[in-house]
Amino acid sequence: MTKTAVQSSAPAKKDESGFARVWKNIKRCKWLYLMLLPALAWYLIFCYQPMYGAQIAFKQFNPAQGITGSPWVGFRYFQQFFRSPYLGRLIRNTLGISLYDIIVGFPAPILLALLINEVQQKYVQKVVQTVVYLPHFISTVVMAGMVLAFLAPNTGIVNSLIMSLGGESIHFMAKPEYFKTVFVLSGVWQGAGWGSIIYLAALTSIDPSLYEAAIVDGATKFQRLIRITLPCIAPTIMIMLILRMGSIFSVGYEKIILLYNDATMETADVISSYVYRRGIQGGEFSFSTAVGLFNSLINFIVIITFNKISRKFSEVSLW
Amino acid sequence: MAKVKEKPSEIVFSVVVMIILVLFCLVVLLPLIYVVSASFSDPYALMVGDVGLFPVNPTLSMYKRVFQNSEIWGSYLNTIIYTVVGTCISLVLTCSGAYPLSRPDMYGRGPIMMVFTFTMFFSGGMIPSYLLVQRLNMMNSIWAIVVPSAISTYNLIVMRTFYQQTIPNELVESASLDGYNDLQIFAKIVLPLSAPIIAVMALFYGVAMWNSWFSALLYLRDRAKYPLQMILREILIQNDSSMANAATTDNEMIGLGIRYATMVVATLPIMCLYPFLQKYFVKGVMIGAVKG
Repeated sequence: MTKTAVQSSAPAKKDESGFARVWKNIKRCKWLYLMLLPALAWYLIFCYQPMYGAQIAFKQFNPAQGITGSPWVGFRYFQQFFRSPYLGRLIRNTLGISLYDIIVGFPAPILLALLINEVQQKYVQKVVQTVVYLPHFISTVVMAGMVLAFLAPNTGIVNSLIMSLGGESIHFMAKPEYFKTVFVLSGVWQGAGWGSIIYLAALTSIDPSLYEAAIVDGATKFQRLIRITLPCIAPTIMIMLILRMGSIFSVGYEKIILLYNDATMETADVISSYVYRRGIQGGEFSFSTAVGLFNSLINFIVIITFNKISRKFSEVSLW
Repeated sequence: MAKVKEKPSEIVFSVVVMIILVLFCLVVLLPLIYVVSASFSDPYALMVGDVGLFPVNPTLSMYKRVFQNSEIWGSYLNTIIYTVVGTCISLVLTCSGAYPLSRPDMYGRGPIMMVFTFTMFFSGGMIPSYLLVQRLNMMNSIWAIVVPSAISTYNLIVMRTFYQQTIPNELVESASLDGYNDLQIFAKIVLPLSAPIIAVMALFYGVAMWNSWFSALLYLRDRAKYPLQMILREILIQNDSSMANAATTDNEMIGLGIRYATMVVATLPIMCLYPFLQKYFVKGVMIGAVKG
C-alpha cells in the first residue's frame, strides 16, 4: 500500500502512450473519483437527465410511449407559443418585474452596505446587521401570507392606516396596477439586508492606507465615500450586476404563484408561473416544456452576452 | 485610530447615516413586531384595526387553536424529518463531491467542474424534472422532497473554495507519503479541519429545506405527508378571505388571528436560532464572495 502511493505520485514518463498515461492518472486518483461519484451521479440524473427529457418540447409527449417513444412534431409547440396571445403579456411582465427589481432592488443592498460601513461603532454595526438579515430567513409562504394579511381590505394594517388618515380602503391584491410594486418591494424588504453581506465583504478588503492618505489630504467623509469606497467595490457591483442581468428573464415562480389571483393575472403572470399552470395544473407537458426551454435558452444567451460585454469594457467577468 | 477633531459637516454626515440606518431597521422590524403583536391580540380588535405595535386585550386563544390543530403538528414533524434527512444527504454529497474538485492534482477536475457549473446557467426545466421524479417512482415519498434538490451548486463551490483555502497541499502530500490513501486523508484530516464550513453548509441546506414548499406541492399527494409550509400555505394563502366578499363573521375574525399565530409558530424556531448562528451564515456568504 505504502509503496504504490509513493510510486503513483511520481510524474508520468514522457514515452508512454496517451492512453496509458490517462489510465495511470485515473488509477492514481481512484479514491478521489470514488468520493466524487455520488455527486457526479446526482448531477447526471437530476440535472442532465431533465435536459435530455426536454426533447419532449419537440415531441407530442404521451406518457404511455415515454420520452423516446413519443412522435416528433418539430417546432409545433414553439410556434403555438409564439402565436399565443399570452406571449406579449408574459414577456412584458417578466421583463417588467425584473427591470423594476433591478432599479429598486439592486441598489438597495449596496446603499445599505455603504451606510453600515460608515458607522464607526462596532456594536451598532452588529445590531443593524442582525436586524436587516432577519427577513431573509422567513419562508416564501409566510412572506406571502404577511403581504396578503397586511394588504387585506378593511382589516389589513395598511388599509387601517389609510382609513385612519381619512382615505379609502384599497383592495391592493385585486388591483393589477399594484402587483409589481407589491412583489418587488416585499422582495427588497426580505432580501436587501442579506444581499448587503457580499458588498460588506468587499468593503472590508479595501486597503486602510487609502483612507489614511485621504484624511491627511483633508478629504471629507463624503469625498472618501465617493472617491475611494465606491471605486474599490465597483468590480463587485459589476459582477453582481452581470449576474442580475443574466437572470433578467427568470422571475421566480414561487412568490408569484402564492400572490397572484385571477384579478391580477394580467400584470402578475410571468413565464415560469405560466409553465407551472399549463404544465403541472393543465397537464400540457410538451407545450409547457417548450415554453420553459425557450426561457432557459434566452437566459443562457443573456448571461453569456452580458459576460462578454463586461469583459470587453471593464475586465470584470464571471469566467 | 487617532481621533481627528471632526468638522461640523462631518458630524452632519454621520448623523444622516445614522438616521437612515435607524429608519431601515424600523422598516424591517415594524412588520415583524406587528405580526407578533397581532398574534397575541383579541381577534375582534384585530378585525376593527385597533392593533398596533402592542397587543390589544392580550390573549393566548389563537395559539391554543393553532396548537389544537393536529395537521400543524403532523406537518411540523414531517418538516423536521425532511430537514434532518435532506440536510444529511446534501452534506454527504456536497462535502465528498467538493473535495476531489479542490485537489490540484485531481485528473480531469476542470471538465467535471464545467459539468457542474453549467447547471447553474442552464436547466431542463420544471416539467422534465417532474416527469423524471415520476419515472423514478419517487412520487408521494420523502425522496421526492430531499433528493432532487440535494445539491446546490453554489454551496458546492463555496465548499470547494474553503478546501482550497484551508487545507494546505503539503499536509495532503505528507499524509500520502505516510501511506494514507485519499479516502483516509479526507476522513481523518480534511473533514476534522472543515468542521466550521460543514456547520455553515448544514445551516444553508437546513433553512432551505425548512422553508421549501414547492417540491411538496409538485410531488406529494398525501396530506399526511405534507410539510409545515404546505399547511401554512392553506391557512395563509388559500383561505385568504380577503378575496371573498368580506363578511364579518366570527369564523373570519378568528381566521385572521390564527393566521398571525401560525406565522409566528412557523418562523419561531429559525428566528430563535438565528442570532446565535448568524456569524456562520455570514461566513458562508463571505467565502462564496471570494470567487463569485
